[in-house]
Amino acid sequence: MIRIERRLTESRWLVAAVPAGSLVAAAILSGLILLVTGHDPVATWSRLLDRGFFAPGAMSATLVTATPLLLTGLAAAAAFRMQTWNIGAEGQLYLGAVGASGIGIALRDQSPFLVIPAMILAGIVTGAAWAAIPGVLRAYTRTNEIITSLMLNYVAGLLMSYLIFDSHSYWRDLSTFTARVFPQGKYLPDAASWPNFPLGGIAIPLGFVLGMIAAAVLWVIYTATRFGFEARVIGDSRAAAHYAGIRTRRKIVAVMALSGALAGIGGASEIGDFRHVLDPRGLQQASFGYAGIVVAALARLNPFAVIVVAILLGGLSNAGFSLQGATFPAGLVGTLQGLILFCALAGELLVHYRIRFARRAGAAPPAPVPARAEIA
Amino acid sequence: MRGITKRFPGVLANDQVDFEALPGEVHALLGENGAGKSTLSNILTGLYRPDEGEMLLYGKPATFHAPRDAIDAGVGMVHQHFRLAASFTVAENLVLGHRDAADRGLLLEPRVVEGRIAELSRRYRMPVNPRARIWQLSVGEQQRVEILKVLYRGARILILDEPTSQLTPQEADDLFQTLRLMAAEQRTIIFISHKLEEVMAVSNRVTVLRRGKVIGTVMTGDTNTGELARMMVGRDVVFTQKKQGPAQAERQVALELRQVSATGDLGTPALHNVNLTVHAGEIVGVAGVAGNGQHELAEVVTGMRRRTSGQVIVTGRPARGSNPLEAIRRGIAYVPDDRLGTGVAPSLSVAENLVLKAFRRPPISTQGFLHPRRIRANAVELMRRFNIAASSPQTPARQLSGGNIQKVLLARELSSHPRVLVACSPTSGLDVGATDTVRGLLLEAARDGVGILLISEDLDEILALADRIAVLYGGRITGIVERQHAEVEQLGLMMAGAATK
Repeated sequence: MIRIERRLTESRWLVAAVPAGSLVAAAILSGLILLVTGHDPVATWSRLLDRGFFAPGAMSATLVTATPLLLTGLAAAAAFRMQTWNIGAEGQLYLGAVGASGIGIALRDQSPFLVIPAMILAGIVTGAAWAAIPGVLRAYTRTNEIITSLMLNYVAGLLMSYLIFDSHSYWRDLSTFTARVFPQGKYLPDAASWPNFPLGGIAIPLGFVLGMIAAAVLWVIYTATRFGFEARVIGDSRAAAHYAGIRTRRKIVAVMALSGALAGIGGASEIGDFRHVLDPRGLQQASFGYAGIVVAALARLNPFAVIVVAILLGGLSNAGFSLQGATFPAGLVGTLQGLILFCALAGELLVHYRIRFARRAGAAPPAPVPARAEIA
Repeated sequence: MRGITKRFPGVLANDQVDFEALPGEVHALLGENGAGKSTLSNILTGLYRPDEGEMLLYGKPATFHAPRDAIDAGVGMVHQHFRLAASFTVAENLVLGHRDAADRGLLLEPRVVEGRIAELSRRYRMPVNPRARIWQLSVGEQQRVEILKVLYRGARILILDEPTSQLTPQEADDLFQTLRLMAAEQRTIIFISHKLEEVMAVSNRVTVLRRGKVIGTVMTGDTNTGELARMMVGRDVVFTQKKQGPAQAERQVALELRQVSATGDLGTPALHNVNLTVHAGEIVGVAGVAGNGQHELAEVVTGMRRRTSGQVIVTGRPARGSNPLEAIRRGIAYVPDDRLGTGVAPSLSVAENLVLKAFRRPPISTQGFLHPRRIRANAVELMRRFNIAASSPQTPARQLSGGNIQKVLLARELSSHPRVLVACSPTSGLDVGATDTVRGLLLEAARDGVGILLISEDLDEILALADRIAVLYGGRITGIVERQHAEVEQLGLMMAGAATK
């Protein structure tokens, strides 16, 4: 009989050893699959690392992919820390993109020093407003925020499609005949293109810099401010928070808005750093919002770890694209990526739980400690 | 049970415990919290397996792999916290999860079950209507259902864990009657308790546990409460008692309730026009059986529950709204009965829990930012002053023992220099040493001029501490008596709803 039991204590040793073990397990499993499908595992791995991180330009490309993952990862971490389950970073990112692109188009002839901050602000405001909807519903009508925030993702996706495909909206390009037949968004002016910061041959996008600042701010909020303290008390026990005179409902709305604002910056950076046009299909295919939940979970909701995990996942995803080819089908790439994620998440389970093998009947079986042993 | 040893990480819960109980006896298992009583009974009922030692039932070795094995072997447990499905009937609860109950396939045969229940409840004088739904029953009746459930499953050995903790004195007496009847039928009753008087009243023999070890087994007739207390604690204990009442007339009113009404969690009326006054330096005890409005009373005073009418007046000023923050600012401190879920945030550290209310003000925070060093200094200071045993200020609160959690709560509440302190069952579940400490702190606070509303189901505690005693029944104050004039029987009757005079 196999039992899964919660660990009473989580040792520091495990926190370091388990990710390493997960990596080894992922290597073995993916190696087997590569061998079976007739590929050289070592060559594949080195190509993976090369394309993801070490080849010229690879790191810069990885950071572009990592930027939205970083911001949606922070969005998830901000909410999850208070045990508020915002699954809506996806939709909040779309709304951030809608807001930022709208402002970028509107401020067509202005200086970048005005346009870019305005785009960031628009992303923050629209993302926060979108997240505040499930926040208000949660706080004042006790609606489950998981469901409402998830459903609003579809609404946000449809809203973007409507703006570009199903209407003559402000965002849609109607200047040429082809654009009228094949709908697409208006491209943003050059002044709305966000700058890069070169660092030793790597171009760091502005969005990524904002993400790193946001990570530091989030860390300070949660460790050193009254706001963060209240959020942590609420996350730990609603009853204790009420008892301590904390205004739980306002705080839920505020944290949801904070979470949405972070995702909204992610949407703005997608426009400013990368796409320069509101692109409903591209954004929906990328699914950065959902990936952000994985990022936050792997980072154990630590904002600084979110930075690292976002870069790793960004690299993995980019390398995947370049591995694909005639001899290397896309499905195999997805399998490899899935295996690595699976091993990482399974390892995470091992930090919290242990697996015991116990025989049901036997002469002297080791007595299992029951899950959550009560020490009388 | 021979040489039973059970280890948990860092704790030796049972150390070479030898324990035997005979058919036809009521055997009390006495010990402080953490002495290993619950662990031992959990081993006996198959919930845990011992690391060492063996168990013999009627002379034959028995190994339980799961609670089911223990039930099949005729060992039944009545838990302190009832395990009944509230929306089901008594009869349904009895057959719930019972494999070979009087059912054919999936169909229940209610009449057969009801017939057996009627027979059992007649035999043991435990009147209960098999068709009543659990939520309609009083706590005493629910306990009867728990006992019937165990009997229904054919238990020859019954273990009762702190069975009187929620009963009125009269209900407890009825229970003792039933237990004697069952013992007379050669059943074995194991009675777990830390209340000495009860143990003296009901048991034939007593086994005392201390820190996982058996200190001794004595015949109840050959011992007295003093000796048992010494065995249990390892030293002589005399509980702190209130010395004398304050001169009331000279003192100002700290808290006054005028015609306060409120509803319970289900929207039903829970408090009716309650009038109550607590003077500075006075301890007013509120006695009553659980569920008669005590919880609501505490919450209304502390702003955690809206009142539907009436006024809560602190040092002459009526409260405007009802929210906890306003109550905190007005100097109302609160020690809730739900210590770990409400009184502290369990995963947060001791240091953070000690500033759970003070974190808004300087010196703990300024301009929205916390000062970790001051939080730590505050914790070090309070841990020293209130003698809180925690490995460090960073230890999560839930890792502390009940007594230390209560000290954290009292340290936080009293260090805020309150005018009024509402304390709910402040010593329930605490061991003798911690109980004494907590009572001492309450008395000290009263001496410093805090008006204390002590809401407790433990009548002995109220009698030991309170200057005046109010009895709450059905959401109404049914009487207020001075402690000097209080008689246990009369209070018991008032608690059970009998009109006074």
